[in-house]
Amino acid sequence: MRVVWRTAFYGLVILIFAYLLFPILIVIPLSFSSGKYLAFPPPGFSLQWYMNFFTRSAWTDSAWLSIWVGLAVTALSTLLGTPAAIGLVRGSFAGKKLVNALILSPVIAPGIIVAIGLYFAYARYGLVGRPLALVLGHTALAVPFVVINVSSTLYGLDRRLEYAALSLGASPWATFRQVTLPLIRPGVFAGAVFAFITSFDELLVALFLSGTTAVTLPRRMWEQIRFDIDPTLASVSTLLITITTSLMVGAELMRRRSERLRTAPIGR
Amino acid sequence: MPQMDGDVMRSGRFSIGALSARPSSGGLLAAPLIVYLLIFYAYPVLAMLERSIYRGSWTAEVFVALVKDEVFWRVMQITATISLIVTVACLLLAYPVALFLARSSKSAANLMIILVLIPFWTSILVRTYAWMVLLGRRGVINDFLLGAGLIERPLQLLNTRFAVCVAMVHVLLPFMVLPIYSTLRGLDWRLIRAAEGLGAPPLAVFRQVLLPLSLPGISAGCILVFTLAIGFYITPALVGGPGDLMISMLIANQVNVLDWPQAAAMAVVLLAVVLVIFAGFTRIMGIEKIFQGQR
Repeated sequence: MRVVWRTAFYGLVILIFAYLLFPILIVIPLSFSSGKYLAFPPPGFSLQWYMNFFTRSAWTDSAWLSIWVGLAVTALSTLLGTPAAIGLVRGSFAGKKLVNALILSPVIAPGIIVAIGLYFAYARYGLVGRPLALVLGHTALAVPFVVINVSSTLYGLDRRLEYAALSLGASPWATFRQVTLPLIRPGVFAGAVFAFITSFDELLVALFLSGTTAVTLPRRMWEQIRFDIDPTLASVSTLLITITTSLMVGAELMRRRSERLRTAPIGR
Repeated sequence: MPQMDGDVMRSGRFSIGALSARPSSGGLLAAPLIVYLLIFYAYPVLAMLERSIYRGSWTAEVFVALVKDEVFWRVMQITATISLIVTVACLLLAYPVALFLARSSKSAANLMIILVLIPFWTSILVRTYAWMVLLGRRGVINDFLLGAGLIERPLQLLNTRFAVCVAMVHVLLPFMVLPIYSTLRGLDWRLIRAAEGLGAPPLAVFRQVLLPLSLPGISAGCILVFTLAIGFYITPALVGGPGDLMISMLIANQVNVLDWPQAAAMAVVLLAVVLVIFAGFTRIMGIEKIFQGQR
């Protein structure tokens, strides 16, 4: 009886994992199809849809724009988020809870409300259709991930290492640069990766702020999907899945390394 | 060297103060971000929301009209129904996975959780596109069923309520798995063994011991999934039919016809609903827990 239960349970878990992964994996073979339409299994192997993507400026321009916006968002949100995380973890100031709520709210607030709010105000500043608008908007959405990741490494940091550096005569800035920063770097790196992915994949804000002149990759995909689900999209999707997954795994490895550093016995 | 001694003393004293961030310096470090968010995020959103009650003078007429608006109520009802179905389905699928992960060794669980996190970080657009490919009239599933001779004509799978729910559950499932897993991982499993040792049948152990102990994770996951589902736009817009108009889509439509007061009023209602439900979440679990990756 126990064995039956156990087998049924494992079977169920495998099915659920399949449901999670299968739709993502099915896109990959389709992107290498030699057919004119989406068909499974693909009739043969070809790189035609990748050629389509890499040779059409509509696609490549959007891809470059998304990369540049993503990098600018990464830089801006890391520069703003890292000190804020330090202040929030180490400091105790009036209204700290409120500040925390403000910083984390973009994660929970319905995307459409943020998107139309930004559109409403940025249109007045004359920013719509400019990459700058996307950078400014995406940073608000990406910064929570920097704060969360840096905070979590800060909580696990052994303060005695900082005190040791200070008592040995290092200045506060030198202590931060040479002791604190290397210790929290995995958190900063993970936060930066998540910030990049957040911007790179973002669609709703881009729908309202892109105009016709700053069309990001997700925005281009959205227009294409609504028009016709041609296999070029499968190749773009495959590229995105590859990029996201490798960035994710990189961040994950960094995080584990930091966990090892953190739990490593000191002075023993 | 006496001078160096003095340096050590001085820097030591100052820096410990600075690095432990006294009240003022903590706020100072967060100040640039706070200012940034107020200017480029909070003010724009609030200024937009204000349009619902202020047009030259304060008025509630937009809300009065909204309450009488049948389309609005119909769409709210659709939104609530879809969100509820999605939440329940997520719970039913996430619990076995979380339980399985919690019963695996820590290192195996860390590896398998990547399988949950990969879809989590894959663009919603890509995942929705994948479902369109699977469910379309000439999609993978119809192709397979036709090829196997199980059906004669392609089934209408895309642009249905079914498609909306399947795709939304797929997007939101990780948000349910992670909090439940985090609760189950921290559980005192000796309690379960004790119940088993005392002769309770598996179902009784589950109902009377395991389930009550997993409630914090379950309620946190349900609140999170439900609040996120209410605000969905991309997935229902792409795989839903005309009867699956959700509130975010209605708001976007109002903006596209430049009816800002109406859009703002609906945004106020949506935001209020989300905030009220989410207030329950913060009592159970910190939001950081979910996005840290895996604790």
